[in-house]
Amino acid sequence: MGNGAIALGALAAGVNLVAGYPGTPSSEILETISKYPHDGVHIEWSVNEKAAMEVAAAAAYSGARAMVTMKQVGLNVAADPLMSLAYVGVKGGMVIVSADDPGPISSQTEQDTRRFADFCRIPVFDPSSPEEAFSMIKDAFEYSEKYNTPVLFRPTTRVCHAYASVETPEYAGPKEYEGFVKDSKKWVIFPRLSFANHAMIEKRNVEMGKDLSGYCGNTVEGGNSKKAVITSGISYAYTKEYLKDYPDIKLIKLATAYPFPEELVLSALDGVDEVICIEELSPFIEEQVLKLAGKHHLQLKVSGKLDGKVQPSGELSADKAAVILSDFLGTQCANSGYNLSDAPALPIRPPVLCAGCPHRASFYAVKQAMKGRKAYFCGDIGCYTLGNAMPLDMVDTCLCMGAGITMAQGFHWTDSDGVCFGFVGDSTFFASGMTGVANAVYNNADMVLCVLDNSTTAMTGHQPHPGIGRNLMGQIVDKVDIAKVLEGIGVKKVVTVNPLNLDASVNAVRECADIHGVKAVIFKSPCIAISKPTAKCTISDKCVQCKKCIREIGCPALIISNGKVTIDSGLCTGCGLCSQICPVNAIGGGADE
Amino acid sequence: MNKNILICGVGGQGTVLASKIIAASAMDEGSAVHSAETIGMAQRGGSVTSHVRIGEAYSPLIPGGTADMILAFEPAEAVRNLSYLKKDGIVIVNSVPVKPVTESLMNTGYDGTEMVAYLKNKCSCVVIDAKKICEPFGSSRYFNIAILGVAAGTGRLGISKETILAEIEKRVPQKFIETNKAAFYAGYEEGKKYEA
Repeated sequence: MGNGAIALGALAAGVNLVAGYPGTPSSEILETISKYPHDGVHIEWSVNEKAAMEVAAAAAYSGARAMVTMKQVGLNVAADPLMSLAYVGVKGGMVIVSADDPGPISSQTEQDTRRFADFCRIPVFDPSSPEEAFSMIKDAFEYSEKYNTPVLFRPTTRVCHAYASVETPEYAGPKEYEGFVKDSKKWVIFPRLSFANHAMIEKRNVEMGKDLSGYCGNTVEGGNSKKAVITSGISYAYTKEYLKDYPDIKLIKLATAYPFPEELVLSALDGVDEVICIEELSPFIEEQVLKLAGKHHLQLKVSGKLDGKVQPSGELSADKAAVILSDFLGTQCANSGYNLSDAPALPIRPPVLCAGCPHRASFYAVKQAMKGRKAYFCGDIGCYTLGNAMPLDMVDTCLCMGAGITMAQGFHWTDSDGVCFGFVGDSTFFASGMTGVANAVYNNADMVLCVLDNSTTAMTGHQPHPGIGRNLMGQIVDKVDIAKVLEGIGVKKVVTVNPLNLDASVNAVRECADIHGVKAVIFKSPCIAISKPTAKCTISDKCVQCKKCIREIGCPALIISNGKVTIDSGLCTGCGLCSQICPVNAIGGGADE
Repeated sequence: MNKNILICGVGGQGTVLASKIIAASAMDEGSAVHSAETIGMAQRGGSVTSHVRIGEAYSPLIPGGTADMILAFEPAEAVRNLSYLKKDGIVIVNSVPVKPVTESLMNTGYDGTEMVAYLKNKCSCVVIDAKKICEPFGSSRYFNIAILGVAAGTGRLGISKETILAEIEKRVPQKFIETNKAAFYAGYEEGKKYEA
């Protein structure tokens, strides 16, 4: 996997410390490192991306090689330390992997990490395949040390989750490093330092652009055609898939979109009349080429996203690239596949909470408790965002990590009659929930916090977090107790319930909703993908086919087969939620019996 | 050998293991392999695909109209991905549908039969009843291995059955190896009937 290649590339580069926060499509990088020999390397799931960035920065100040991993929206969380770090610089190599997600496939935004590189004035490396990602990590560390700057490394989903064979050398252990040398003029950011370093950085980036013009990842292929193609990252693979039949077309591949390798591109465009920029997310390279054309008065037509030749949003594919390129080159675009215009209507499959997921029971309890009352349900990022699906329909808002808690307060200040709920998962609580709770207590808000504690970071593949008692170094550690944290902050009432006990859960929610101030219900039940319960529920002939179970909770294990409500025993985990809803007690079995 | 194999189904059906076994087996036989998988949000009961490209390839995703074989774990998912199939390619499809929650709520009557009929009419396809083929093993969970057997049995996968069996042994927990091998052979015998 591309993520594995990044991990092994970092180990081969002698990385000393790797910190990150899980997020698709980046999560497997740290997991791969934890599974391969990494003696002497400190690895951690930090509580969030900002923490990871800061932990790694100190290691890099000490001359060690440090890597940070996250998804692109995680970089927003870590933006504060990163911006300042770009001014301060580093001693040991520091590579920040921020995985972009064109589509988006599993993300809130289609933001472009290359913009962040430009914004921070630090270089960005953009691998086009798992093979290239493996070797490029080492290059990224070397450039980082050569210019004493943190560097961004930005794979996209299709590189992260693509598989290819990579030859890896035997693990030689982490790099030796000098250790931190105190020098407050260098490591303490003050306006004077920022002013001086800003000037240095702008000058350095010009030099670095020249240097990168000779970088092996920036390449020019093909002949001296009048029409040329510029691309980068996975778009290069899609482009190449089409251009392999047109080897005379000039193809420029950029692995470093910032600082822009101006000299290389300028010389490659010599004699070219028309160029198309094929890239995902923002028209970053296209804008650089337009600047270049303006600066050097080139007689050059530049195409791409800005003139509508390349789609402005969403991910590209080999097929889409073929259409774009055939249009640009006036060549054939033969898709010899089947015409499916006569296909029957396909069932839609939106992602849903798993059968037996305790989150379903938690949402249902809140819904029942608030029946007939005005309430706001502020959701958050994680599996439980899927609580928005029908028939639960229990997520009114979802903005970003931790926002559910604070937005519930905002709704309270605009409508004091509604009961305001903030939902947060256990991992998200530690990542960015605690400050929001302090904000609520401090500002005297009226809200009910629902912590959906399934004792893992489920959506991204079950990473541990501070509440679990185990870390990535394999150590058994003290658990941070969510109830105690909440009590410590000053939450008035903290109730812990098992969401699979419907009556107790509904009562807990009702009780909390009726008290003024900040209250919390911790719904505690393990993720079924980890605990793998084996009990099954069964339906007896008492069933009157009212379908209330299906209508109310939308469990994938409840299906209609031959006109009858049936439980799919392959999916059922015996959570027993449906048996607590059935008006005629027709459902039995499950964990409680 | 250049071959593109698309594996599709619904999250939780075991498509990822099937694609990993194909990719690893092709590598064992000395081919270059590129592959890609759906991971993340879409896994939870959503449509999933794995692309396996054996031989020369740039894009990890199979270009449209170039798949030699589609292994479909669910009939509607076969139709959803049929645009990837080459004109002379083959679809191996499970006829047992996975009904989405939305279908139970709205009761559109989706049961997969319309999809299977469409496929039969449209392209070369092998229809397998997962329940039936997996009956001796007590669970449809073994279908991901059985379908590999069918694919190998047709002689169109381009990988020997011995290589695949060796990969199954490597990747399946010890206590399930024998059952998985039996599931593979059950599929293999079925696939033989369609040998080109």
